[in-house]
Amino acid sequence: MAFVPHTAEDVARLLAAVGADSLDGLFSHLPGDVVSAAAAVPGPMDEDGLLRHFRTVSGRNAVHEAGMCFAGAGAYDHFIPAAVDALSGRSEFLTAYTPYQPELSQGWLQAIYEYQSMIVSLTGMDVANSSMYDGATALYEAVLMTLRVTRNRHRVLVSGTVNPLYRTVLRSYAANLALEITDVPMKDGTDDADRLRAAVDDGTSAVVVGYPAFTGSLADVSHLAEAAHDKGALLVASVYPTALAVAKSPGEMGADIVVGDGQPFGMPLSWGGPYLGFLAARDKYVRRMPGRIVGATVDTRGRRGFVLTLQTREQHIRREKAMSNICSNQAHTALRAAVYLTLLGPSGLRKVAAACMGNARELKERVLALEGVTPLYRNGLPWFNEFAVRLPAAAERVVQSLSGKGVLAGVPLARLAAGADEGALLLAATEKNRRDDIARFAEMLSKTLRELR
Amino acid sequence: MKLSFEKSRAGRSGLDRLDTAPGDEVLAELGDLLRTGELFLPQMSELETVRHYTALSRRNMGVDTDFYPLGSCTMKYNPKVNEVIAAMPGFTGLHPLAPAAAAGGWLKVYSDLERYLADITGMDAFTLHPMAGAHGELTGMMIVKAFCGGTGESRTKVLVPDSAHGTNPASAALCGFEVVNVPSAEDGMIHPHTLAEYVGSDTAALMLTNPNTLGIFEQHIRRVADMVHEAGGLLYYDGANLNAIAGRVKPGDMGFDVVHLNLHKTFATPHGGGGPGSGPVGVKGRLAEFLPVPRVEEKDGALTLSEDFPRSIGRLSGFYGNALVALKACAYILNLGPEGLAEMSALAVLNARYLLGLLTSGGWTLPYGAPCMHEFVLSGEDLPEGVHTMDVAKRLIDAGYHPPTVYFPLIVREAIMIEPTETESPEKLEEFAGVMNRILGEARDDPDVLKTAPSTTPVSRLDEALAARELNLACKRNGRT
Repeated sequence: MAFVPHTAEDVARLLAAVGADSLDGLFSHLPGDVVSAAAAVPGPMDEDGLLRHFRTVSGRNAVHEAGMCFAGAGAYDHFIPAAVDALSGRSEFLTAYTPYQPELSQGWLQAIYEYQSMIVSLTGMDVANSSMYDGATALYEAVLMTLRVTRNRHRVLVSGTVNPLYRTVLRSYAANLALEITDVPMKDGTDDADRLRAAVDDGTSAVVVGYPAFTGSLADVSHLAEAAHDKGALLVASVYPTALAVAKSPGEMGADIVVGDGQPFGMPLSWGGPYLGFLAARDKYVRRMPGRIVGATVDTRGRRGFVLTLQTREQHIRREKAMSNICSNQAHTALRAAVYLTLLGPSGLRKVAAACMGNARELKERVLALEGVTPLYRNGLPWFNEFAVRLPAAAERVVQSLSGKGVLAGVPLARLAAGADEGALLLAATEKNRRDDIARFAEMLSKTLRELR
Repeated sequence: MKLSFEKSRAGRSGLDRLDTAPGDEVLAELGDLLRTGELFLPQMSELETVRHYTALSRRNMGVDTDFYPLGSCTMKYNPKVNEVIAAMPGFTGLHPLAPAAAAGGWLKVYSDLERYLADITGMDAFTLHPMAGAHGELTGMMIVKAFCGGTGESRTKVLVPDSAHGTNPASAALCGFEVVNVPSAEDGMIHPHTLAEYVGSDTAALMLTNPNTLGIFEQHIRRVADMVHEAGGLLYYDGANLNAIAGRVKPGDMGFDVVHLNLHKTFATPHGGGGPGSGPVGVKGRLAEFLPVPRVEEKDGALTLSEDFPRSIGRLSGFYGNALVALKACAYILNLGPEGLAEMSALAVLNARYLLGLLTSGGWTLPYGAPCMHEFVLSGEDLPEGVHTMDVAKRLIDAGYHPPTVYFPLIVREAIMIEPTETESPEKLEEFAGVMNRILGEARDDPDVLKTAPSTTPVSRLDEALAARELNLACKRNGRT
């Protein structure tokens, strides 16, 4: 029990050494008015019993069959190479603490430095921190960062292309701050550039866009960056990182801060977590960045080594004046992302991205060929691997019905955004959705639509 | 050691085959948005990648390799069975936006763990969404803010003891509260007569860790709770130190209204080099309506997710927090059961008190003398002239130990904060104490071995000032490194 090594003899010997008569006696100095009844949790269970219990519980999750997940909206069913689990699972990584003692943490620190370097290149930024909790909280931290950079500005324009769940999260946190959020809804599935440009003013700290839009379209945001910069505001892009393997990086289009969720880089879906928030920015804003940052330096003998740097921004030094309250972050999922990206390299990641695009096109063609299914948007823009359609039935009912058959048919838009069309369904494909999976899905969807009619 | 980027050879990849990848023609659709900038990632074979990360892992210490007496961090053993459970495809495979009817297993894990944690802490309702301790604090402070907002009073101040974790004031500040530091008394505790000077009608909450960061149980906690409540404020429990009392004393019974826990401390989920953690928040019944959404709810005999809580502080993470971390903690609690939890905390205290005895009898200074709980804080102030706590820490590395937490809490000069946890054996504690006491002798007789330590690690002491002055934060093709 309790994974303790103590024998009865050990306990007796230690108790004698500390002058206590029993284990309970160790607590005898506690005031009498705070003693509680024992916890009433179930257990204990032995290891075999525990495994059986959780196998049964996990069986109550109706997980999609291989290749039959067509849902995205911020979490994608990408393939995870075996080496990612094998390497990140090494217990020198898994059971380590934050690398505050650099001499014995060079493995972790170098891995994070390499991770930061990869995020920097993908996003087209200059610096990246060592991780945030997830894509939604990374966006919130980015918005706070723009308030620090621009000073005395309190307004943020958020394009409807940003994932609605992230927008909701931003709104929750903003409630406690001097921060006004103006939502600028999408126009035909992309940024409403005219309205965004018109809305930027001297009180605006940031324009926030989704890239790609959460409904899949990719749009050049350079003109929005220019409009923001003209008024002294920053452009923040919330991205799907796999897309950046093939699509122009926000950095190339003038963005100042890029955030997103690194889940596609080796994190299983796992009902939403742990995922990986990443945050990258221009050099000049590095001292306004939240979170831990690893930097290279030298040791007393001139050898290269790595340390946590710029710590005076952080809560353990600055307390209430810190850039953020973040302490524990998502180091281990950042490591998974680093292993994933190292393993794939530029050519592998491009292959994955191209496969996502190819399969998504196959999927879109098949789905749109079904009777009564129409595209929700017709903006003619390039797109990555996600798209929205209007079904001739309630999307929620379709998804529920197919979920019982081993298929996750997408995400009904009405679940993400109040007031969305009941028939609207957001679909995504990854490299895992093979041609025959898509064909089988199209048949099942067709049958379900007929049944629900 | 070379960076992966420096081992890279153009044209290599660990992904040599992807059957669903089409030709490059699909990329043409991107038109002007096609990426033209270089994608600067390492190019390595699978074996090279494996060797690279294996080599990195060997330049690192973990609980599985060495004793980690890191105060305030509860670096206990992380049971392997929990990793096996968290890798079950029935858990890892589910998309967060799958219909609730498809998430019966996850909803049960959440519902069960919320109940277990509520029972262990004496709270009425829990959320598992916060993804780390500090995120839990922020959640808790948002709940405090929402509660105060509804009272029609102007409560702008959050009181924080000077011994508190840095995240406490930082989290309170993020909610727009004014942070007021409350000094601890000479015995390291918060005393009612001191608190009386600070608590008032503008107090939103007092944030306390109990036992506090000195490892001392706050003896006046009931009186402190009454004072805060009489003033109309709330009492907030930072659960960083729950390992000292879990299964024995419930924060709710001490008078706390809001708690956050660190599952990666007390409940044995691995720290993973700094996360992912999990910082669930529990509240007394009158605050339950403010918990973040979506919440797990029972409806018509089945568990489901509900957003129908109009006074909720809202959604605080993309989905439902670090689900796999919650799962591991749930397994740990079931593995231990109620007796195991009580045994866990008792042996954590026993180990700490035993180790403290070995160290003070070896000549180490304990500035606050109250009986310690699961951890204690020594001071390096009495070290010989010119030798500092940091030197002791570095010398410990040479002996194969992770150093304790140093220079925290801030109220102890040259602080050395030690938390052995219950999972270490008496022999290990004796061995460690022997080394610590030997180092004390070295500090007198041969301070140079401390000043130049560590000498057994891949790098010696690093120039942190240089790192902050000449920033090199990423390897770039056209840049430095």
